[in-house]
Amino acid sequence: MVTTEQNTRSAASSDDDEFALRVEGLKVYYGTPRGMVKAVDDVSFTLRQGERFALVGESGSGKSTLAMAIMRLTREPGHIAGGHIYLGGRDLVEMEEKEIRSIRLSEMALVPQGAMNSLNPVMRVGDQIIDGIMDHVPPGEGAPNRTALNTRVHDLLVRVGLDPTVSRLHPHELSGGMKQRVAMAIAISLNPHIIVADEPTSALDVVVQRQIMQTLGRLQEGLDAAVLLVGHDMGLVAQFADTIGVMYAGKLVEVGTVPEVFKDPKHPYTKLLIQSLPSFDISRQFVGIPGMQPALLNLPPGCSFNPRCPSVHQRCFSQVPEYLNIGPGRGVACHLFDEEATN
Amino acid sequence: MSDFMRLEHVTRTFGGGTLSTKPPIVAVDNVSLSINEDEPKITTIAGESGSGKTTLARLLMGTITPSFGSMYYRGKDFTKLSRRDSWNFKQEVQAIYQDPFGSYNPFYKVDHVLETPINRFKLATSKQAKNTMIEDALAMVGLQPGDTLGRFPHQLSGGQRQRVMVARAMLIKPRLILADEPVSMVDASLRATILDSIRRLNREVGISVVYITHDLTTALQISDNILVMYRGSVVESGAVERVILEPKHPYTQLLIESIPQPNPDNKWGDEPPSARFEDFDTMFGCKFADRCPHVMDICAEEHPPQFHLEQHRQAQCYLYQDEANVMEDPDLATIFQDRRAELNV
Repeated sequence: MVTTEQNTRSAASSDDDEFALRVEGLKVYYGTPRGMVKAVDDVSFTLRQGERFALVGESGSGKSTLAMAIMRLTREPGHIAGGHIYLGGRDLVEMEEKEIRSIRLSEMALVPQGAMNSLNPVMRVGDQIIDGIMDHVPPGEGAPNRTALNTRVHDLLVRVGLDPTVSRLHPHELSGGMKQRVAMAIAISLNPHIIVADEPTSALDVVVQRQIMQTLGRLQEGLDAAVLLVGHDMGLVAQFADTIGVMYAGKLVEVGTVPEVFKDPKHPYTKLLIQSLPSFDISRQFVGIPGMQPALLNLPPGCSFNPRCPSVHQRCFSQVPEYLNIGPGRGVACHLFDEEATN
Repeated sequence: MSDFMRLEHVTRTFGGGTLSTKPPIVAVDNVSLSINEDEPKITTIAGESGSGKTTLARLLMGTITPSFGSMYYRGKDFTKLSRRDSWNFKQEVQAIYQDPFGSYNPFYKVDHVLETPINRFKLATSKQAKNTMIEDALAMVGLQPGDTLGRFPHQLSGGQRQRVMVARAMLIKPRLILADEPVSMVDASLRATILDSIRRLNREVGISVVYITHDLTTALQISDNILVMYRGSVVESGAVERVILEPKHPYTQLLIESIPQPNPDNKWGDEPPSARFEDFDTMFGCKFADRCPHVMDICAEEHPPQFHLEQHRQAQCYLYQDEANVMEDPDLATIFQDRRAELNV
């Protein structure tokens, strides 16, 4: 998606090497007694090696569902209803659970939302890191010896900015920021190519948030991994990401580089989102986006954003806008750009 | 001087009793602050979790008492209030909490939280007067009585529930409202309306508001003055736009700089150092010394006093010892005085 970066990285690499991850027409539906909820509906994007891609949207826009589907962690009653997720030429959607298990952590790792709930409360930090490593020892190969493992844990803790003695502690002895660092140490323990970070800093103080995001950035650069950051804080996205995808009611409505989207948003929703950002402007005016996100069970016909859109016109009520490419790595799903794209 | 509430050198500690092996945690450390009734203002108490901001608010609310120092309500010692004064205090100080669901009993209709204070404080003489009061209060916060009354808490949205709490606080006609993170659990699009109704209570009804938050953007939007707390001390305080736009204390600077600005051209600097709690002695010196980029020898020796940097600002930092004097009156309210005239409101 970032063409400039592509050139600086290995020029001889084939298509599959350049794309760390390619999502095509992915659909994640939830079966409910009142009908099918299309939480993620026909979403496509690519993630280049070393790229930091942020998915943003309001709560309920499907961004976390999408991230979980990529990890193949969709839970009942949700299921992947269509589409493909290509990781190095293999389609994750088609894979058996056993295969997926070996790929998780070793090739793509998750930094979960609220690390406090993702760590085992009765296991020492060091043992939890070793747990993941041991689970991925290839069959037939003997387990690494304890000293080697301890050195590895020591090294991982230092890399995420923790004191190595933390390995002897239990999660309740750590602060929120320290727990999130442990979650990051687990995530990078097998040098993954892709790190999926689902709101990694929600409920942390601003200074700690900054430290965690900067640590994540440093680790990502060290591994040359791609990061998929899921969040709703546009400030964090501006600080961290290279590219951004905006989701609304299960669809990806705009994609572009962070500077492009922040300076020249195309979709009316993105425009409102950027206008409504809080800032240190003394004018003391509160701006919000009028209306509420529609219930996914009962979407309006045509474009889902039509009840709230300031530039709404006739076509928006009947036709669902298609995702249009309007430049290199830049796309938007809005009828306002139908002509522009065909030209 | 007609101080509504006055805290003098108040310190509040938790734990560390005679049987405890651990030293006490100092949640609020030697804070002097008064709330003046003649100049009702919105004062923000800002800081990260564990900085003592909620403890300071709970002291002001009278739910906890100081470990050291003294506290006065309308000039009377808070620990020796008469029954009548204590009753008046409960009416004059009201709180709005963070969780817009926790303040309701789910088995009662929303009307209950509005009727109870009217009955309890005998605010209305007739049923009709009571209804008018409730309707006026709801209108003030932008709610339609028809859409709100007669419903159960779960039938209202988080934003509506929080606005009912603002209406309730208003009904009682308090002199001081303590709003503890009132919008942190509410959707971003609804925050504006709630903050706006809190501001109207201050501007139109003349109620003093203490707004407790970690969100400096909303603090700048609604408040007049700010106190920035770090490990129990008020490290910097003053006029909100001066403190936030031109922070002087290194901690405030770090805090403001760390707010992720939604502007790709304005990025964070290097990763800041973490606090080293274990090798830190809270008894002496500046509490920020272990993380401060400008640390000097004196910082480890003695806790910095409040330096009066400019008319409406103080900072507890030795960086300013040459250019500023130590405040004579430690009461932080002295630097907030006469702000109204300046703001033209």
